[in-house]
Amino acid sequence: MSAHDIHAGHAHDGHDDHHHDDAGPHSTFSGYMTGFVLSIILTAIPFWLIMAKVIEGRSTAVLVLGAFAIVQILVHMYYFLHMNSKVEAGWTLLSTIFTVIFVVIALSGTLWVMFHMNANMMPHHDEPAAISAPQS
Amino acid sequence: MSEQFDAARLIFGRLSWESIPLHEPILLATFAGVILGGLAVLALLTRFKLWGPLWRDWICSIDHKKIGIMYMILGIVMLLRGFADALMMRAQQAMATVDGLGFLPPHHYDQIFTAHGTIMIFFVAMALVTGLMNYIVPLQIGARDVAFPFLNNFSFWMTTAGAILVMVSLFIGEFSTSGWLALSNLGHNPEGVGLDYYIWSLQIAGVGTTLSGINLLVTIIKMRAPGMTLMKMPIFVWTSLCTNALIVASFPVLTATLLLLSLDRYLGTHFFTNDMGGNAMLYVNLIWIWGHPEVYILILPAFGIFSEITATFSRKRLFGYTSMVYATVAITILSYLVWLHHFFTMGSGASVNSFFGITTMIISIPTGAKIFNWLFTMYKGRIRFTVPMMWTVGFMATFAVGGMTGVLLAVPPADFVLHNSLFLIAHFHNVIIGGVVFGLFAAINYWFPKAFGFMLDEFWGKVSFWCWLVGFWVTFTPLYVLGLMGATRRVNVFEDASYNVWLYISFVGVLIVAAGIAAFLVQLWVSFRNRAALRDVTGDPWDGRTLEWSTASPTPDYNFAMTPKVYEIDAWWDMKKHGYKRPVAGFKALHMPKNTGAGFVIAMVATLFGFAMIWHMWLVAAVSFAAVVLISIIHTFNYKRDFYIPASEVAATEDARTELLARNV
Amino acid sequence: MPALNCLLAMSELRMNAGAAGAIEPRDYHLAEEPHVANGTALGFWLYLMSDCLIFAALFATYGVLGRSYAAGPTGADLFDLPLVAMNTAFLLLSSITFGFAMLKKQQGKVSATLGWLAITGVLGLCFLGLELYEFSHLLHEGAGPGRSAFLSSFFTLVGTHGLHVTFGLIWLIVLMLQINKHGLTPENNRRLMCLSMFWHFLDVVWIGVFTFVYLMGVL
Repeated sequence: MSAHDIHAGHAHDGHDDHHHDDAGPHSTFSGYMTGFVLSIILTAIPFWLIMAKVIEGRSTAVLVLGAFAIVQILVHMYYFLHMNSKVEAGWTLLSTIFTVIFVVIALSGTLWVMFHMNANMMPHHDEPAAISAPQS
Repeated sequence: MSEQFDAARLIFGRLSWESIPLHEPILLATFAGVILGGLAVLALLTRFKLWGPLWRDWICSIDHKKIGIMYMILGIVMLLRGFADALMMRAQQAMATVDGLGFLPPHHYDQIFTAHGTIMIFFVAMALVTGLMNYIVPLQIGARDVAFPFLNNFSFWMTTAGAILVMVSLFIGEFSTSGWLALSNLGHNPEGVGLDYYIWSLQIAGVGTTLSGINLLVTIIKMRAPGMTLMKMPIFVWTSLCTNALIVASFPVLTATLLLLSLDRYLGTHFFTNDMGGNAMLYVNLIWIWGHPEVYILILPAFGIFSEITATFSRKRLFGYTSMVYATVAITILSYLVWLHHFFTMGSGASVNSFFGITTMIISIPTGAKIFNWLFTMYKGRIRFTVPMMWTVGFMATFAVGGMTGVLLAVPPADFVLHNSLFLIAHFHNVIIGGVVFGLFAAINYWFPKAFGFMLDEFWGKVSFWCWLVGFWVTFTPLYVLGLMGATRRVNVFEDASYNVWLYISFVGVLIVAAGIAAFLVQLWVSFRNRAALRDVTGDPWDGRTLEWSTASPTPDYNFAMTPKVYEIDAWWDMKKHGYKRPVAGFKALHMPKNTGAGFVIAMVATLFGFAMIWHMWLVAAVSFAAVVLISIIHTFNYKRDFYIPASEVAATEDARTELLARNV
Repeated sequence: MPALNCLLAMSELRMNAGAAGAIEPRDYHLAEEPHVANGTALGFWLYLMSDCLIFAALFATYGVLGRSYAAGPTGADLFDLPLVAMNTAFLLLSSITFGFAMLKKQQGKVSATLGWLAITGVLGLCFLGLELYEFSHLLHEGAGPGRSAFLSSFFTLVGTHGLHVTFGLIWLIVLMLQINKHGLTPENNRRLMCLSMFWHFLDVVWIGVFTFVYLMGVL
């Protein structure tokens, strides 16, 4: 009688060893090293840009640093997390895309909404002087 | 002397004998009732020697069917508590027209509407919906259980832990007065324990819900029977897939937001304070980013239920399966784009309000498409007006009106008038009761025979339905009127005498709903008494279309003696059409997961942790937290979590069914 | 019953044009138990996605409140970028050493795997130690989480990441004990896979932290 893997994630494997199941995506030394070197570069440059005061303006910084961050995240996703459209029949990629969409909506939505809220509803700092004027 | 005092403070925090509300007669009466009822249950358990089976077969069970049933029981029990709150609110407002006071002072009234909302959303609707998905989804996809059975058990007990904390707040301390979303402008008391009860019960239950979401997602993705492609899944499975995606995508935001609120309360941070840079509007924004997807989490499974029932009782395949799937996915994504409509009036300005107003209106379109699909399914079908079908038709009419008032509220200028009025209350009760509650009652009547082996009594089912339908409209139509007249929500006394007649009508309505709930309980009792006569012998009492109807009623532990192969949508209908013969031999040993008490134990220690955090019992909190981590780690050292049902046992169970079918054809 | 089935079948044929023509018998059951694919890796990935959303909410909070200094110290006043650079290096190195552990696991070499895992753990501890040093220094300067909304969101975002690293380290130790006891069984391999995903994910979040909190915070 052969034992089969079951859905309970902690089952024993029996006589049959289902390697295609447990191996997961295949890592390689060159893959890790490529990712590592790229990550170092993509980290060092932003740090240098700020510490050496190459970029001073906020909006430029947001764009440039943001771009480096996104690229490095993609590097991590591909080289370290082995993300591609084949793993788990594409479901990890799909769920990641969904999550990214929701994260972008939550982040940009919050910033947009709160910026407008603050502009409309937060007290102005030049107003209070009028309150202390005596009323007669 | 002072050292002793410190030790007491360390262990008991701010808990003291004053925390027990002896001066509240309503609470004392409730407490007495609970004690008596509880003792009666304990006595019955002992009398019938049920402690062993209770522990072994239910508390420790990792079987999705048993867990599903336990969720349903939790939901129904909490429905009674939440409805009691509703009854009291309507009674208070009606009675206050006489003397301007009523019997519930503001502080108590505030706790009641807070508890009502919190309980109904988290421990009735979520519990019932989760229980249903747990029970039905593995059966409909031809699987033996969910992907992570232990996690399933743990999720249930964490949800129960949250419910326990809410119930304990009745008798020790008090509950929150800040509404079901704890909006901080409702007078949250920094010193009080109520808001802490709210926070911890939701945080703990939230863990359970998120894990359950992950569990069902992986189940649907990976455990479908061979041949069941995505576009051949039953539509209820599609809605479950989208619902659980929403759960995983939105509950973390609730977790994070409640965490920030906790930090403000425990560590004096300044996220939502009025000074030092805090911004209370940020709380509102974040909580509704969770809050809106939450209501779609509640309604999508109901849509799935109605799709199944409509197709079955119209004897027709669901019209427009593909468009139903697209509509469901569209609703899932769009639900993440509308949250600001809950606070149009908070001052984000015209451009922001317009954007969210438009998205809110757009989201009604796929829902409308679904209603048309149901209607087209019924058109030229051979309709049987069974109790589930009656709930479905009642839903279509009721929910459509609720949806329309929602689109009305989506217009920001209109919402400026109607925000937080009784019109809003009527709207969301219209869609939640008309959609979710009606759907759950339809589902209970529909799938009860599958779970328990006997049908529910039809007469009492119809009584319950009519009472609910009539009662709902009599309760909430006056609230629509009152809202348009300017009545605000969360107020215990109205001074405007022109409101009176509407308040009285509404109170009559809630009594009719109470009759509906009573009829439902009677239905359960009568059906149980007559279970021999109401026996479901074939396993397919409705001539159903999906795979769960191919199993015996009640379904055996292993669900399917042999894993089915799927060729079409409505797999079971297809099997019957092709002269399917149930296999009677050739059974193999079946690999099953083992029961365990670890989930229950961890969740109960987590309850203790929550209680300790609420009452600032730091030592107990630290120890119980460490215990949760430790027990979880110990649990991971257990590698032996499965067993085999021998082929002979499977054969015996199946033979018994063969014999039953032969005797009764 | 069979008669009813037959009637139903015939009416179904009429209603469902294009159905599988003749009512030929189909094989509706599998004779052998099917191999059900293990869902642990996917399930853990979905958990990471949910964790992503917790961090998204915390980043959003930092985005809104990150300039609310309440007339107190700013990022430029407080952040020690060389220290952050060193911490980033620790975490990135630990990611690569975990990668080496996974390579050894693929080759089935238990002690080598454990060795690289241990090094990963040490690097993680260095990261945590340095972060705790940074936090205590800030507290010492009166720039604690209660000083301003900016500092509340800073401590919460960075602190939550640090808590995740802490739990990761506890998990690492437990898993090392389990691998030592049972070897590189399929179950332990699955767990290593999950911890690997967790560890790399924490590095991904850290990229967001050092970019949007530290580097932009000093501007």
